[in-house]
Amino acid sequence: MAVLQIREAINQAIDEEMARDTGVFIMGEEVAQYNGAYKVTQGLWKKYGDKRVIDTPITEAGFAGIGIGAAMTGIGVRPIVEMMTWNFAILAFDQIINHAAKARYMSAGQFKVPIVFRGPNGPAHMLSAQHSQALESMMAHVPGLIVMTPSTPYDAKGMLKSAIRDDNPVIFMESELMYGIKGEVPDEEYLVPIGKGDIKREGTDVTIIAWTKMVAVALKAADELQKEGINVEVIDPRTLRPLDEDLILESIRKTNRCVIVEDSWPYASVGTEIAHRIHTKAFDYLDAPVEKINSADIPMPYAENLEHEALPSPEKVIAAVKKVLYRK
Amino acid sequence: MKEEKKKTTLPRWSDLNLSNEKLIKMYRDMLLIRRFEERAAQEYGKGKIGGFCHLYIGQEATGVGAIAPLREDDFIYTAYRDHGQALARGMDTNGCMAELFGKVTGVSKGMGGSMHFYDLSKGFMGGWGIVGGHPPLAAGSAFATKYQGRDSVTICFMGEASTNQGVFHETLNMAQLWKLPVIFICENNGYGMGTAISRAMAGEELFDKAAGYEMARGAVNGMDVIEMYREMTIAIERARKENLPTFLEARTYRFRGHSMSDPGQYRTKEEIEEYKKRDPIETFGKELVAEGILKQSDIELMDEAIKKEVQEAVEFADASPQPPIEVLYDNIYA
Repeated sequence: MAVLQIREAINQAIDEEMARDTGVFIMGEEVAQYNGAYKVTQGLWKKYGDKRVIDTPITEAGFAGIGIGAAMTGIGVRPIVEMMTWNFAILAFDQIINHAAKARYMSAGQFKVPIVFRGPNGPAHMLSAQHSQALESMMAHVPGLIVMTPSTPYDAKGMLKSAIRDDNPVIFMESELMYGIKGEVPDEEYLVPIGKGDIKREGTDVTIIAWTKMVAVALKAADELQKEGINVEVIDPRTLRPLDEDLILESIRKTNRCVIVEDSWPYASVGTEIAHRIHTKAFDYLDAPVEKINSADIPMPYAENLEHEALPSPEKVIAAVKKVLYRK
Repeated sequence: MKEEKKKTTLPRWSDLNLSNEKLIKMYRDMLLIRRFEERAAQEYGKGKIGGFCHLYIGQEATGVGAIAPLREDDFIYTAYRDHGQALARGMDTNGCMAELFGKVTGVSKGMGGSMHFYDLSKGFMGGWGIVGGHPPLAAGSAFATKYQGRDSVTICFMGEASTNQGVFHETLNMAQLWKLPVIFICENNGYGMGTAISRAMAGEELFDKAAGYEMARGAVNGMDVIEMYREMTIAIERARKENLPTFLEARTYRFRGHSMSDPGQYRTKEEIEEYKKRDPIETFGKELVAEGILKQSDIELMDEAIKKEVQEAVEFADASPQPPIEVLYDNIYA
């Protein structure tokens, strides 16, 4: 088994799917000649050329819409649209929400929209407010979209391959700070299905639910808590819409306690929705209200100390776990 | 793209390879749209049609003249004033009326309504409600056909007010940069809802907006179905043979309000009457009679047949069931 960085795993997924299906192409800012702002598309332009690896002008709404229109024709075209970051993709939300997510429903099933919008999401490091925000809750709010958030090289590759093959618009949210993280990736082909979560650490006392960067924060907290004899289970839903509710509820029925960790804002977040579902569907199993750790409810500040204060941390997670265990 | 005014004994369309059959079809399509929209207005007044309802009356020549020269494998995008173009593309009259009535027999099975007519089998890609939002979809359609090595073209209707949106300009830039076989038909009816274009747009000539992208461009008399057909033939050839886009400003006028709820106090009665003298259906009808292609009695018979067709569509729509509740969660995902 090869050890790959997340950026390499994503690159492999795109490369393999482009080799498998000539209808797959990738477009975005700096994806071709520059090899990607974060080097995710390294080498693809050289291999596939101008036709299939397409540098766009800086015009997110425009090329998002072109991708959607291309996908909707039903002639075997499957665009991958790279957003340099999801911060910039906000410009394209009209195209994604009003067109990609609604074309099938409004046409009573006449259109399929096989397209992937992918790029880094969530707070990075010392970039201030416009470049450090987690937007998955805004996307997950929209019926018609699939939202995927990988946390390991293995997941990133297998999930993206499923996303590319799917006939629906998929929002694929990576993390700038995680592109260099390494992990084992099988040499043979595999897929991680849409809508299937994963148990990242088995445990019995408390369930922590986290995705992308927050999985590492949860695992670090779990290691620390183990030293105090607290056995934590870490669940990564991997897909936020549709949600692997069964996996989550099964874990809650086992541990009876839950902490949700996300680096998006707390107000109306995916975590809020998950907490609601746990409270309504596993209420009798709960020994404590579900706790939620988020980024602070503020635009992200630049100064390092303030930024650190605003972000979820293992310490904050540990405190939340102890709270649901009624321990000091 | 100047209007040529040549005196000749040949009809002015003699250069266009238009059969009498095709000319009559174009006239009939325009008349069908007119009668369909008149009934839609009545049925809206009766409460049979809900939501917003934007009528195409006055603009028939633009839609028919643009769609008539297309092939079956070409694609059409439009905005929310979409009934006329759907009918011009040969979509079922019953299905169109039933969609307005919100019935399961509608062209979008009652899920879209007036603003969202779709028929993928006819390349009719809708029917979109965000002003200026859909031009990139049309460019994407052109991108896909070119990518797959097909020689289909995509045409994109839009209102003049949409040309002030940012994504319109983003789309023109990429369409020209990437040489996409797409034709943007800007239906300039003079008003973005109640705002005259002169109050919303800097600059004199609307089609000059395409100049910054060095795109082939021009204005055409959108009240004249033959002139529309002629300019579209040139643009389609350019798209199909050379993969080059065109921006065509069709100067037209809507005789009714922006939507059914529009009292229209921003226009003078005189202005409307002046345009009605240039009614695209009346003028073309007279011309066909003068050229001996139709007799006045043919037109009257045709009108009766169309009125009957529209009456039957209303009855069909009225008698059709609403979508069953069970479909509420269908087709959110493929």
